[in-house]
Amino acid sequence: MDLNTVSSNALYAAFILYLVATLFFGATIGKNKEDKTKSKASKIAITLTIIGFISQLTFFFTRWYLAGHAPVSNMFEFIAFFGMMLVLGFIIIYFIYRETIIGLFALPITILIIGYGSMFPTEISPLIPSLQSHWLYIHVTTAALGEAILAMSFVAGLVYLIAKVNQTVRSKQTFWLEVILFFVFATSAFILITSSFEGAGYQVEFTQEVDGQTNTIDYHLPALVEPDGAELRTEGAFTTGIEAPSWMHGENAGSKFNTLIWSILGGLVLYGLTRLILRKRVAAAIQPKLSRINTDKVDEIIYRSVAIGFPVFTLGALIFASIWAQEAWGRFWGWDPKEVWALVTWLFYAVFLHLRLGAGWHGEKSAWLAVVGFTIIMTNLIFVNLVIAGMHSYAG
Amino acid sequence: MKNVKCECGHINHEGTVLCEACGKPIEGNQHIDGNDDNKVLNMRYEGSARRSRTYKRTIIDKTWNFFSSVKVGVWLIALALIAAAIGTIYPQEEFKNSVLPSSQFYEEQYGLTGKIFYQLGFHNLYSSWWFVTLIALIGISLVICSIDRVVPLYRALKNQKAKRHEIFVRRQRFFSETEQTSDEDRQTFMNNLRKRRYKITEDDGHILAEKNRFSRWGPYVNHIGLIIILIASILRMFDFMHTEGYVWVREGETKVVPTTDQEYYIKNEKFIYETYDRNDERFQEALKNEEFNVPSNFQTNVVIYKVKEKVTLGQEPELEEVARGEIRLNQPLTFDGYSAYQSGTQLRSEYNLISFNVENGEGQQIGMFEFRPNDDQRTYELGNDYKAEIQEYYPQFEITENGPSSFSKFPRNPGIIFEITGPNVEGERYFYLNEDVVPLSDDNEFQVSLEDTQLITASGLIIKKDYSLPFFLIGATIFMIGVAQGLYWHHRRVWLHPKDGKLLVAGHTNKNWFGLQKDIEASLKDTNIEMVKDQQEKF
Repeated sequence: MDLNTVSSNALYAAFILYLVATLFFGATIGKNKEDKTKSKASKIAITLTIIGFISQLTFFFTRWYLAGHAPVSNMFEFIAFFGMMLVLGFIIIYFIYRETIIGLFALPITILIIGYGSMFPTEISPLIPSLQSHWLYIHVTTAALGEAILAMSFVAGLVYLIAKVNQTVRSKQTFWLEVILFFVFATSAFILITSSFEGAGYQVEFTQEVDGQTNTIDYHLPALVEPDGAELRTEGAFTTGIEAPSWMHGENAGSKFNTLIWSILGGLVLYGLTRLILRKRVAAAIQPKLSRINTDKVDEIIYRSVAIGFPVFTLGALIFASIWAQEAWGRFWGWDPKEVWALVTWLFYAVFLHLRLGAGWHGEKSAWLAVVGFTIIMTNLIFVNLVIAGMHSYAG
Repeated sequence: MKNVKCECGHINHEGTVLCEACGKPIEGNQHIDGNDDNKVLNMRYEGSARRSRTYKRTIIDKTWNFFSSVKVGVWLIALALIAAAIGTIYPQEEFKNSVLPSSQFYEEQYGLTGKIFYQLGFHNLYSSWWFVTLIALIGISLVICSIDRVVPLYRALKNQKAKRHEIFVRRQRFFSETEQTSDEDRQTFMNNLRKRRYKITEDDGHILAEKNRFSRWGPYVNHIGLIIILIASILRMFDFMHTEGYVWVREGETKVVPTTDQEYYIKNEKFIYETYDRNDERFQEALKNEEFNVPSNFQTNVVIYKVKEKVTLGQEPELEEVARGEIRLNQPLTFDGYSAYQSGTQLRSEYNLISFNVENGEGQQIGMFEFRPNDDQRTYELGNDYKAEIQEYYPQFEITENGPSSFSKFPRNPGIIFEITGPNVEGERYFYLNEDVVPLSDDNEFQVSLEDTQLITASGLIIKKDYSLPFFLIGATIFMIGVAQGLYWHHRRVWLHPKDGKLLVAGHTNKNWFGLQKDIEASLKDTNIEMVKDQQEKF
């Protein structure tokens, strides 16, 4: 087995270990506190999580060795690293608070995130000159760690909301909670659909005229929307004939939009089926399972994750980032979209801390803020890289 | 100013809620911190006299009070956050990457929403007056919020005494009352607290155990860091702190370094462009999918000269080499406070040399000449009285309504008309364009062919001087220290208050009550003193 295989197998192994660990965390549900941490299930679960983490570290360092640079230089590598930091964040939180329920939510979210990242090209790519700096791994790893710890507050917030939001009546809270859960379904749908069509080798070709040049565009999913003004080149292939809006100019904008529609439709189908089976809101179905958790402790985790994540994020995503930007581009701040969104994230968590420490926003309010914070982080990770063009969008 | 004297003898400033020394609630001021309706005293700022809570009459008071509100501060941050995010919907003007003027670009590219984006001025959002004002307001809020709180808080913590008023003790969140205690119990309790790094002060049998008071300054320290950063960004607007210039230097060319007051010259000795090898085992999988070669290096080898003595305009100054080095992306070259950054390249975009070979009708060579667009030489001796002369030269050739002309002064696509003369030959004219030579007359004596061309790269360099950087770094460091100081340490206090043979125990912390509870619980072990109860009503 060559190192390349070792490396990618290590990631698969981690993926599977996280999955199995989730099941064991699930087995701890409903037990009271003493049993929970001392039970066999929880011990197995955290052990598997740690082995999974070590396995992913193996992937990380072998790939580093193979590439000759830290594997945080494209979308796949960054998201995988972010997932690994989520697990690290969870392991730390687990040993402080011994709350197994956090694992039951943190690990599936990690699995989805790593799965999502694996849909991007996974080949080892060379470093373009602007990335050739030690600051690449100093800045990117610290920023990812900060974001991951901040994301732990979202995980705790989600647990808190599912446990606390009154499910006997319909309300804004129940609606938005379902929206969050819908995104879990949509992400799963994205991974399922993309990998099945990829596995089947599905490919359709379009050509598009832009400024007198003919571009070829490959679709790997059946075309629900075509690129704007494009022509189908693969004979007999399925297409609805609907075109993407004309303002979607970017390279592959049509293809990305098509994938988005597939994911949302797929998510709706999965979510709808689940609702049909459960005959109640998804959160309402989970709620009784969480009746025994200590919500004060979960609330504390929300705050602690921000208290730890905020300085780490500041250091990685703003201070180290500025130092690198100064060295590479001669300016430490340039209002590039990625920079702006790092600032937005930072300002948001500053607001979180002021409200929590200054205005007594605890419990549910804090939990909702943690959810919004995670949305901002995900916007920065996905939307800014894939949709908004900027100096950082090499990753798309 | 109406100062208030407490019964303990301490003189408090107007507006004080709890006496700075003994903590006794001062009559008539209890509504300020909302102590009227609660059993537990509001200890956030130690009940100190904050300006914003005391004076509310004049315009100055009202302005002060507006900015000292955390609520206002949070709103300002939220607005800045939303505005900043809006600015990324479409590219800012400087990133738009199009020759179209903004008035057309946004509408054509993004339709109606783009037009609105442009008309609202969002294409220059971050330098707009209102965004800058917003940031300035946040700065003002930072300063006023901090001063309003830190000054009285400092005074209160400095003046606090171990001996507190009974009401103060009874109305703390953590409180207990023990009927019978021995001196031994008290000693054990104190020793245990001391082991937990509490500092013990004693006054007439009253005891204060305190630790980590410095964490109370955390928020103010981090705000000072932010204020330094904001001040640094104002300073940066001045030339003595920060200048920026951009210069294109061609290979072999020497140019004045901009922003240096003609004091420095830079020579581009060589530009190096390298790409990744497509057969590189590590990357071949990824490179297979790349249409173009992936660059691995942009590098300019430069020499920096300093002018020895200032000369009058038009004279060639005497130059002295001061630095020499390689500028790469991520590796700027620094000289005398200036830094040069690799920024742009026009790869092999300009002709440096075009050479021609001249033969006679029988194919025998007459001579060669080298045309260098950037030199002044325009006539060439070919030997044996043969001569070549450049008659017309268009650096970037194009045909317009008025005939041939040049699009720019850069030799990106030279068009040349030259004439060859010989001992027995009248001038014969030739036209060179696109690496091809065409005779302009029908019967030719000579055979002129293109011998060689040489292309050079122009390297775009940013020249920076920025003395503000250390201030930003200091500000950021102070910010990080302040954040850690405030978030990771907790100011904890325990009071022992003997009263008529009983012992009252009270505890307070600015956050993490669970931790304080653990400290007290552990320290009370092996004593008969009652454990404190949480008097706060659960919400």
